[in-house]
Amino acid sequence: MTTRKFYYGDIPEDAGTGVPDPVGRATSINTGKQGNKNIRTENTVGVSADKKDWPLWEVFIRSKQGLDHKHMGSLHAADAEMAIENARDVYTRRMEGVSIWVVESRYIHASNPDDAESFYEPANDKVYRHPTFYELPDELKHM
Amino acid sequence: MQGKFNKLKDHLLTYVLHLADNALIIGHRDSEWCGHGPVLEQDIAITNISLDHIGQARNFYQYAALLKGNGATEDSLAYLRYERDFRNCLLAEQPNGDWAQTILRQFFFSTYQWLLYSELSHSRDEQIAAISNKALKEVTYHLRWSSEWVIRLGDGTEESHTRMLNAISELWPYTGELFIPADYESAAHQEGIGPDIKLLKGLWENKVREVFDEAGLPVPPSGYSQSGGKQGLHSEYMGYILAELQYLQRTYPQNQW
Repeated sequence: MTTRKFYYGDIPEDAGTGVPDPVGRATSINTGKQGNKNIRTENTVGVSADKKDWPLWEVFIRSKQGLDHKHMGSLHAADAEMAIENARDVYTRRMEGVSIWVVESRYIHASNPDDAESFYEPANDKVYRHPTFYELPDELKHM
Repeated sequence: MQGKFNKLKDHLLTYVLHLADNALIIGHRDSEWCGHGPVLEQDIAITNISLDHIGQARNFYQYAALLKGNGATEDSLAYLRYERDFRNCLLAEQPNGDWAQTILRQFFFSTYQWLLYSELSHSRDEQIAAISNKALKEVTYHLRWSSEWVIRLGDGTEESHTRMLNAISELWPYTGELFIPADYESAAHQEGIGPDIKLLKGLWENKVREVFDEAGLPVPPSGYSQSGGKQGLHSEYMGYILAELQYLQRTYPQNQW
């Protein structure tokens, strides 16, 4: 059996998505899915043992109109609605945002650090790919 | 004539203190979850709600201090009054219990507060209208958050459903008091400052029914209700709350940081 490597944000697709009872007992609430809870191992990066049943979500916040959503961090939630509310409470308390996106972390596919050499180094000596030879007007922000 | 005016002024002061005390006491109860929430994200959520309530309380206490005069401040009103002087409803002071009980208390209270502040934002008293209007946005979120949790727990597992049923039987007797007007509430209504809270009861029950239906929870019949908090006759818990809340000012008077 080959062992798949897991990186931050990767969660085995058939992992349990049951929800712990908020008062602390391991039961499942309202998820509509029953997963195999036994396959979680130390491979499950980013998911602490006591919360193994609430999936991890990545949070993207747009700080104001016209800007892109930026990755702010991650959190646990039972479903998308709760993830958005948690993101509101965790990441927008100091007026950081006007819009929130959340996506379950397991739907994010990450590049493999082992590929770094072939992925990124070829760009090192190709300075002509940088648009640094253009003069930008001062009015142009956020480039 | 002068006497009547003073009486009205007293009623207004008590009414504002009632609004402030409600917010402070439920805010204090919610704050007890800080660092103890079931998960980090919900710990932050309930603490945010707590801070919203304490912010509302501050606004109302500042206004009450202005009405009271004689050197009263928001701090003296919160920290130096005695149990019998507090005019909060009994629901606000009920213990956190488990997460289900805290959620249900918040849902009952936020539904009430949402209806009340919606009315108060048209109050003839501009200060009350402005504070309520600002707070209404926060309360709208509290109501949404707590409604979703009621549904999640009611419609969840057998365990969570049972805990909600226990919370309902624990807290239901304290909901009736919200809609039994105290003399200062009747006076506020007559002056166009506050709503007729008896009329909010039907709206409150409709909202509770709507959410309970979705959560698969039964709505108990309205029956006997505990009351007295709004007149200063509190449950056994209130003394403990104030002992903790007021400890610092009682032990080290005038202390500041």
